[in-house]
Amino acid sequence: MGKYILKRIGYMILTLFIIATATFFLMKLMPGSPYANQAKMSAEQIKIMNQQYGLDKPVFQQYLIYLVGLLHGDFGTSFQFNNQPVSYLISSRIGPSMQIGVQAIILGTVLGILLGAIAAIRKNSWVDTVATFFAILGRSIPNFVFAVLLQFFLAFKLKIFPIALWDGFSSSILPTIALAMAPLATTARFMRTEMVDVLNSDYIELARAKGNTPWQTVAKHALRNSLIPVITIIGPMAVDLMVGSMVVENIFSIPGIGDQFVKSITTNDYPTIMGLTLLYSFMLIVVILVVDILYGFIDPRIRLSGNEGSN
Amino acid sequence: MADNSTDIKFKENSFKRIEQHNVDEQEKISAPSLTFFQDAVRRLKKNKAAVISLWLLALIVVFSIISIWWTPSDPNAQHVAYANLPPKIANGQIPGFTGKANVGGRIVDKYAQAKVPAGTYYVLGTDYLGRDLFSRLMKGIALSLLIGFLATLFDLVIGVPYGVVSGWKGGRVDTLMQRFIEIISSIPNLVIVILMLLLFTPGLGSIVVAMGITGWITMARLVRAETLTLKTQEYVLAARTLGESPFKIAMKHLIPNLSSTIIIQTMFSIPTAIFFEAFLSFIGIGIPAPNASLGTLLSDGQKTFRFLPYQMWYPAAAISIIMIAFNLLADGLRDAFDPKTQE
Repeated sequence: MGKYILKRIGYMILTLFIIATATFFLMKLMPGSPYANQAKMSAEQIKIMNQQYGLDKPVFQQYLIYLVGLLHGDFGTSFQFNNQPVSYLISSRIGPSMQIGVQAIILGTVLGILLGAIAAIRKNSWVDTVATFFAILGRSIPNFVFAVLLQFFLAFKLKIFPIALWDGFSSSILPTIALAMAPLATTARFMRTEMVDVLNSDYIELARAKGNTPWQTVAKHALRNSLIPVITIIGPMAVDLMVGSMVVENIFSIPGIGDQFVKSITTNDYPTIMGLTLLYSFMLIVVILVVDILYGFIDPRIRLSGNEGSN
Repeated sequence: MADNSTDIKFKENSFKRIEQHNVDEQEKISAPSLTFFQDAVRRLKKNKAAVISLWLLALIVVFSIISIWWTPSDPNAQHVAYANLPPKIANGQIPGFTGKANVGGRIVDKYAQAKVPAGTYYVLGTDYLGRDLFSRLMKGIALSLLIGFLATLFDLVIGVPYGVVSGWKGGRVDTLMQRFIEIISSIPNLVIVILMLLLFTPGLGSIVVAMGITGWITMARLVRAETLTLKTQEYVLAARTLGESPFKIAMKHLIPNLSSTIIIQTMFSIPTAIFFEAFLSFIGIGIPAPNASLGTLLSDGQKTFRFLPYQMWYPAAAISIIMIAFNLLADGLRDAFDPKTQE
């Protein structure tokens, strides 16, 4: 187990290194210059600016400087936003993103598990149909459509929530709901399939034969065993959340990293884009690693050996 | 329980004598034998949601094809005088398509205000540049579908061969190929797509390529897993023993048996691609102006949503319907091709 984790962490570092290298050279290939009004600047000014940002050095040297900086947690300096260090931009904006992300994943998975479980227990009843219908809606309708609809009805028409403002818990409710739709749908769907499987198994039959009520059987035996595979979809859900956070934060004007990413793209702020790319990749890789390890701990049938993890 | 069994009374005519000459007839298989695909189609037809989705999508595709040659008016032509007109059909008798709007609590006939000649109307209204939204929606749906189909081509052209080779070769080649996939898939594919779009000039081609670069991975994984099981089958072994070349085995034996996996995965890839395009256009790095796609229509509509909601409703409804239909059809196809997954 320890050896496996070490190996996975090794791969993780290798992957991050490759991503850092790839993004660095991609950014060097990008057309255009980092200075917005280059036409107005004299050659002398450009030279000074280049020196200031270290852009006068050979590309390979810049690359080494960048890598060494990364090891110290230095992501470079933003071209926009008053020359703030990228690491400062990220750390000051990660709070709201994390809050909404965590709230959405809790809301989505808890409701999803409930909905999926009820659908499985009442299989082929109207409850099941309704649950399946909602799961399909949640999976199909893009979250920015949800976000705009929520904003329109609950914030603009009914004025229950603030339209676009970051001020306390009440302003995080709408973005959380918009973001939670996708995880909710995925979990509900997955949970239903797993639960139906588990409910057909022998040990559930035994639990029923012992004289447990249906709800006891579900709570004590079925729920736990159907929850195990649900852990595997946390990885893909994390990706959905990251993608979703970009537009949802943008729509609700939340000062988070998703919003920052979109802004940086439109302003060609390469150091910030690079820093955020690395951050997103890092978070994703860590989530996948943690899920894999958790899975091995929880389900003893899964043996973590060196040559798997590819499926 | 025990009492019931004694209730049954056997009479002489409870049993029928089986005549000797009837044996052949009884052994006859009455239903015609079906191929795998016929069987799948039969199961698909039973799934009402999937059938409706299929017809709906067929209709949308036909509409999109028509839009190549014909739209009610030029989707990119601007009539600034006719900007932001609400939807109107004919004389404005149908509720929701009256051509009137609520301005500060007063119902105003926008068409009269803009001095639009009688008989001219815009079914879904016009946008801030006075472009006909119905024509733009038609074009937008066509473009989004095109992106969906093109992006799945990468699935077929890269994903399928990659998976087959990886699964078939096994050993070190497989390990290497899977490591590569792992590295690519550990970068959020949105990030790859965005980086690619920054590098290329935005447009249809670059969006498709950027999505194609990451989109094939799921397909490759599924195909590889399937190939691993297929290659141990007897008929593959027989083909190998007879000296068939690996390429021919792949074409004649593996691909036909992989076809259901491939079809199902393709059906899931199309909505993903459509979503991605909409997403990219929404954050401003997708299809460049003035061309319409579902994403650009949505993002334009969102900006004025509070005051001119109709500009958002129809693109939002269109993308939602298309996504739901594709997902339902894909679900139906999966159940039809792989009855094991059905409970």
